[in-house]
Amino acid sequence: MTVIQKKPDNPIAHLTAEDIELLGKQLDAIRQSVIDTRGEDDARYIRTVIDVHRKLELGSRAVLLASGFPPAWVLGTIGLSVAKILENMEIGHNILHGQWDWMRDPKIHSTTWEWDMASPAEQWKHSHNQLHHTYTNVLGKDNDLGYGIMRVDEDQKWVPAYLLQPLWSFVNACFFEYGIAAYDLELGKVVATGQTKDPEFRRRAKEVLGKIGRQVRKDYVIHPLLSGPNFVPTLAANFVANVVRNLWSNSVILCGHFPEGVETFEKKSIDGETKGEWYVRQMLGSANISGSKAMHIMTGNLSHQIEHHLFPDLPSNRYAEIAPQVKALFDEYGLNYHSAPLHKQVYSAWHKIFRLSLPNGWLDNTTPKNLPSQLVKLWKMSTGSKATRRRLLKAEMAAA
Amino acid sequence: MTVTQPSPSSTRPRLSALRDRVFKLAELATTPLLPSDYLDLVDPLRSGAALRGRIEAVEHETRDAATIVIRPGRDWQPHVPGQYVRIGIDVDGVRQWRAYSITSVLGRADGCFTITVKAIPDGKVSNHLVHRTEPGTIVQLDQATGEFVLPQQTPDKALFVTAGSGITPVMGILRNLADDDLTDVVLIHSAPTADDVIFGAELRELAAAGRIRLVEQHTDTDGMLDAASIAALVPDLAERSTWACGPLPMLEALEQYWDDAGVADRLYTERFRPAIVAGDGEGGTVTFTANGTTLEADGSTPILDAAEDAGVLMPSGCRMGICFGCVLPLREGAVRDLRTGEVTTAAPGDGVLVQTCVSAAAGACAIDH
Ligand SMILES: Cc1cc2nc3c(=O)[nH]c(=O)nc-3n(C[C@H](O)[C@H](O)[C@H](O)COP(=O)(O)OP(=O)(O)OC[C@H]3O[C@@H](n4cnc5c(N)ncnc54)[C@H](O)[C@@H]3O)c2cc1C
Ligand code: FES
Repeated sequence: MTVIQKKPDNPIAHLTAEDIELLGKQLDAIRQSVIDTRGEDDARYIRTVIDVHRKLELGSRAVLLASGFPPAWVLGTIGLSVAKILENMEIGHNILHGQWDWMRDPKIHSTTWEWDMASPAEQWKHSHNQLHHTYTNVLGKDNDLGYGIMRVDEDQKWVPAYLLQPLWSFVNACFFEYGIAAYDLELGKVVATGQTKDPEFRRRAKEVLGKIGRQVRKDYVIHPLLSGPNFVPTLAANFVANVVRNLWSNSVILCGHFPEGVETFEKKSIDGETKGEWYVRQMLGSANISGSKAMHIMTGNLSHQIEHHLFPDLPSNRYAEIAPQVKALFDEYGLNYHSAPLHKQVYSAWHKIFRLSLPNGWLDNTTPKNLPSQLVKLWKMSTGSKATRRRLLKAEMAAA
Repeated sequence: MTVTQPSPSSTRPRLSALRDRVFKLAELATTPLLPSDYLDLVDPLRSGAALRGRIEAVEHETRDAATIVIRPGRDWQPHVPGQYVRIGIDVDGVRQWRAYSITSVLGRADGCFTITVKAIPDGKVSNHLVHRTEPGTIVQLDQATGEFVLPQQTPDKALFVTAGSGITPVMGILRNLADDDLTDVVLIHSAPTADDVIFGAELRELAAAGRIRLVEQHTDTDGMLDAASIAALVPDLAERSTWACGPLPMLEALEQYWDDAGVADRLYTERFRPAIVAGDGEGGTVTFTANGTTLEADGSTPILDAAEDAGVLMPSGCRMGICFGCVLPLREGAVRDLRTGEVTTAAPGDGVLVQTCVSAAAGACAIDH
């Protein structure tokens, strides 16, 4: 993918400023229709999900007290994984978006909620709600584009270190919550610019470490201890549940913005962006996952990533209902509503991670026949001087 | 009349200190949730929980009024008759807080207390409570509070002047009178018709038993009572302590009359809503400095309401300017007191405390919250 503005067939070229203005108004109307009908059923929905989560978590942890007995281990681990997924996705993510603030219940409110995850809610809200949702898919602005550690767009410069991207992307996926915590802390940037002594950074780092400490103590000390002789199996079960949750949420998030065909945008394209243009960016910068109701709940309705990005603060249980109206607008304005089943989107996202770990054009230019010479070229690109790399990269692009 | 609060036995604090310690330990296993988040699933009314109540029954009084029987959580402290309780109830999924006078006798055998609500036209909470509440509903509570109570030293003679739902705190007082307390009571009550008199049958019984002298004014047929006619009905008015509760114009007329008669200190009033005089001033942009919310509020909407509508969690109490439970520092800009029209301004950095429930934006303003 290349930023939309540089594409030969810019998919929004056919839209006039008036079209975009009108589209914005139509989307505003959809949003208002949900706000006008928010009510008791929605409140019951989120309370039910929270109730189910708490009981499932308690039940699973209780079963894991007997984790030395293999069937109990399996059952407890599955239950706890599902509970943790529910808690992070349909509950935590959405409450922290303020989707349920309208209920005025101080126990279910974006300013009071804390979630079962390494990154403290406050810091995540800043990097996610303020930065990612505002600058969605704008290169150089939206750090979620590869989280500062991955190359997910042709227009991000290739350096040899990206060759390892598939590997560390996988490691990052397994320990996603810590990756997110470090990312929300802007750890990479702070270290790179030598600002680790900044008192504000120190304060936030302490907060993160405190949160991680409590999380680790709960899953890897307290609950294993409570299991007595089953200390080790319970510890293992909790570890597996955390990894399963991490892999799942990472997959869902990859599906949201990284599949092939999702558009990215140039930094200067958002100068003076109108509400309508902002909507268009959200429409083209997100991808949905099609599937069953259970799939939607387990993804925290981020399977409706497009609807979520258009209306981040509408209650998640209403996205399914407005999806057909949103899709109709895509059709009306000749835009591509990007939706596919989970396995396709995951494959597509990982394909991109592999492809972009390599220099632009390299994969296209490679056939079984020329593989040896291509590998030699790659070796030269990776080990040669900057000038050599630049020359070879250019040639590779030209050949593609 | 005297009310003795049960003095907590000395084991109580020790027990709750122990409970706190156990909860702290349990929190290691439940973080980031609290042990109480799980306990609330099974026992929302337990001791140590946030104060809540369960609605046990809704008993209809008149066509538009009902008595709600509420079983309070274990930490509920007995009220003083005449006091009110704040109730938080979800209406259409949104938590709404309102104040209601307690109407029941102290120490009911079933451990419940009651409030009596009159549904007002377009009233969000009152209609919900009277017409749509199901037994079993959990509501949020605050401890009872309020000054509309009999003094420690009960007067010999009392006059109660009430209208409509204003009978509720007075009923709360009458039902709790001991036999030798307040032997000379006059109650003047106004309602549109005899059938609209909340607690009509019970009041008439009290009158028949000679416990009170009851004057019913049915305003649909007899018209309104003014202060002078009340004085005519009660010649020894100046000797009586008077408690009045009802519509604002009635209370204002009484206050004027008692003032003119030089006995203003013998009149106690209870208002159910603030007296709004200002309301057509210009509004403005309200910024909440701590949580970052910015909203547009008009000049007649209390900042409390505007902020809650925007999803901000706000501190609140009576919502009518008497309890100061809603006070927040005004950092910058101007607000107008809706009761007086008076404008309060703050220079940048100031922290003038304002009551958000009776203050509207008067231009752009920043509030610390
Ligand atoms: C200390 C105290 C004790 C109270 N005790 C009782 C009680 O025992 N029984 C009882 O029924 N109510 C009592 N109230 C009033 C109660 O708190 C609510 O204000 C009332 O039920 C209306 O709420 P609502 O949500 O139905 O109306 P809202 O939806 O808030 O208001 C709807 C409309 O009615 C107007 N309005 C608001 N309050 C009143 C009112 N009291 N009378 C007429 N119009 C009004 C509003 O301006 C608005 O236009 C008490 C209030 C206070 C402050
Ligand atoms: S809420 Fe009681 S004074 Fe404002």
